[in-house]
Amino acid sequence: MNPVDKRRREFLGSAAGFAGAMIAPGVFLYDYANAGVSDGASRPRSPAEPASASVRWGMLIDTTKCASGCRECVDACNRENGLPGTTRSTDSQWIRKVDLKDLRTGKALSVPVMCQHCAEPPCVDVCPTGASFKRADGIVLVDRHTCIGCRYCMMACPYKARSFVHEPTTGQKPDVPRGKGCVESCTLCVHKVDRGGTPSCVEACSAAGHGAIVFGDLNDPQSEIAKRIREVATAQLRADLRTDNGVRYQGIPG
Amino acid sequence: MSALASSSSARRAFWMLLAAGSLVLAVALGAAHYMEEHGHAVTGMNNQVVWGLPHVFAIFLIVAASGALNVASVGSVFGETAYKPLAPLSVLTTVALLAGGLMVLVLDLGRPERLVVAATHYNFRSIFAWNMILYNGLFAICALYLWSLLERRMGALTGTVGLAAFAWRIILTTGTGSIFGFLVSRQAYASGVIAPLFIALSLAWGLAAFYLAQCGLARLAGQEAWDEALHARVRRLLGIFVIAALYFVVVHHMTNLYWAKQAAFERFILVSGTPYPALLWGGYVVLGTAVPLLLLFHPRLSGPRATAAASVLVSLGALAFLYVFIIGGQAWPLEIFPGYEASSSFHDGRVDGYSPSLPEFLLGLGGLAASFLIGLAGARALPILAPPKVAMPAAAPAK
Amino acid sequence: MKAGFVRGALVAALLLAGSAAGPAALAAGPTLDPARSGPCVEDPKVMRRSHMDFLKHDRDDTVRRGIRGVKHSLSACVDCHASKADGRVLGSDRHFCQGCHAFAAVKLDCFDCHASTARTAPAATAAASVPGAAR
Ligand code: SF4
Ligand code: SF4
Repeated sequence: MNPVDKRRREFLGSAAGFAGAMIAPGVFLYDYANAGVSDGASRPRSPAEPASASVRWGMLIDTTKCASGCRECVDACNRENGLPGTTRSTDSQWIRKVDLKDLRTGKALSVPVMCQHCAEPPCVDVCPTGASFKRADGIVLVDRHTCIGCRYCMMACPYKARSFVHEPTTGQKPDVPRGKGCVESCTLCVHKVDRGGTPSCVEACSAAGHGAIVFGDLNDPQSEIAKRIREVATAQLRADLRTDNGVRYQGIPG
Repeated sequence: MSALASSSSARRAFWMLLAAGSLVLAVALGAAHYMEEHGHAVTGMNNQVVWGLPHVFAIFLIVAASGALNVASVGSVFGETAYKPLAPLSVLTTVALLAGGLMVLVLDLGRPERLVVAATHYNFRSIFAWNMILYNGLFAICALYLWSLLERRMGALTGTVGLAAFAWRIILTTGTGSIFGFLVSRQAYASGVIAPLFIALSLAWGLAAFYLAQCGLARLAGQEAWDEALHARVRRLLGIFVIAALYFVVVHHMTNLYWAKQAAFERFILVSGTPYPALLWGGYVVLGTAVPLLLLFHPRLSGPRATAAASVLVSLGALAFLYVFIIGGQAWPLEIFPGYEASSSFHDGRVDGYSPSLPEFLLGLGGLAASFLIGLAGARALPILAPPKVAMPAAAPAK
Repeated sequence: MKAGFVRGALVAALLLAGSAAGPAALAAGPTLDPARSGPCVEDPKVMRRSHMDFLKHDRDDTVRRGIRGVKHSLSACVDCHASKADGRVLGSDRHFCQGCHAFAAVKLDCFDCHASTARTAPAATAAASVPGAAR
């Protein structure tokens, strides 16, 4: 990182931290009274700038809105990322719908599960080459140029979020290279996010009228996701493991 | 001249064994190439069971490798002179097993051609990366150790290098065990008992492998394999190691059973899942532990032949144990939503089937063949074989 | 030694051939479909020698740091150098990447993972991505 970058990043970090400290005591008042004031952290970055540590991307999935049997997010992911969409046990699935039944009450739920973009990602800890890494803005990725395909990250991930490419691939998208012998998982549509966009699953879910997934910057107190997390009870999957996931769920006890 | 080339029949047998081992290895390399060309889709592995049969063989060889060093350390670290003549073969066995195991591990990678990447990019938080350093270090230490054992002028170093080797192998096995022990999210593995369990297993498997190497090579050279007193000691030692290993396996499962959370998984491994309970009880407990103990300790049965049979059974039991440990442990689904019954297109909440394919089995066999070849060639090239009568180091064949 | 010399001579021949502008001089080198537009991001001479280093440097900026629109981006190479006929850089020895790599006898494995079709491909044939064409 060059010194200018570093200084800028530190400045952004402290600006965000300062803003956070000022805001925390009176969040609700602040929301109503200062809705228009920008605090720096939410300034969109240009695609030519590196990802910033002052941002932490995350998603909030409202399980009460997610429709059982709906696969819009899954199909959108497959389209966006050039995945074949077949579901043999050797096929990649970056996002999947899990049907749940509460063992005590019998209540049924349906939720999408993908890489949880952990703040303390076990996959990154175990990766021998450093191919699994966490970006400054919290997105966890596999650098396919250095992945040797040992699959240790798949053993370590608590969410079965990763897939191994078991066969030669075809039909890759220009922004989403993928190939045999490497491990892959949800990238949070990083190629879109870097250009100011939103992950395809989120868009598809809204387009289908469910609006069950909110995407945004968890560090920005004014983002919709941060507000929602302040207002409703949300949970991280397997919170006991303290991986501090960027993906949160509403409607599932933690 | 090596003992393996002392007679024309010994020479012929040596070349035939070498040819046979090479054939198995060649077939294995072919299988690995096939797997690489087509991807892991041609194996039984999938996104649930990501480590399959090759890992069973590889981990067996690597764990046994560190245990095989034991005979040498008993000799030079604990000053048991009776074991000293066996030390060079013990070191050679370690090198051979380790190399075979690593070969399988590497050829099973998704991108084996990127080994350079693995050697140049280290993530020091990864226990895997540490293991690569530990494995390479063990090679270096073994080379030095062997040199100090075989070259009389280096003899003064033996004690120091032997101690280093001993410490290193304990750390290495701890590291191998920790590959699994650190997987906190997996019910089958997250446990502090795994590291000592692996050390106990390594003692038993390594001694068994060493015993077989010694018998085989001595037979090839037309020598008596064992001095009777020494044989009795090795036999007892093997028995004790087998019991120690069983003890840790029992402790591991007992602590799991104690936790209500783990009950369903333990039921699966010990009682209900196919084929894991059958392999664990029939393969590891009965064939790999009980029968060998009988062969080792029954006054009527015990003898070099019985010990050799026990060693073979211990090794087979080891493979059965690892199959259950590695594959059974992965087949059990992750519990992502405690308190819920889960199902999905991605095998959530469902026990996964795994059936190994021929290529991956052949690759595993290739690891054994590679170890065999290295041991055989090493024993021919170096003055490794213990002279038939113990305590006469001067009788080592002149070069 | 000898192999190194032969390789060196080939590369030299290629460089010579490429640096001379006229198509006649290309006879000694691979015959490649022309680029779709404008000048390259670097001098072609430099590019021929160092494109892999540029790509490697910038790929880390994109993959690890999230910098998009880097100067040396593989997908931009493809967009510009894809054949006008089918929008690809692989497929025959006239296709830009494959043609030159075949001529220089250097293994090309980028497209085992990366798309070899331009984003702005002529719709007709671009969709068909031929498996194994990179070999
Ligand atoms: S969910 Fe799994 S793959 Fe994603 S960051 Fe966490 S450990 Fe890594
Ligand atoms: S499979 Fe690739 S990303 Fe995963 S741990 Fe191994 S090298 Fe790292």
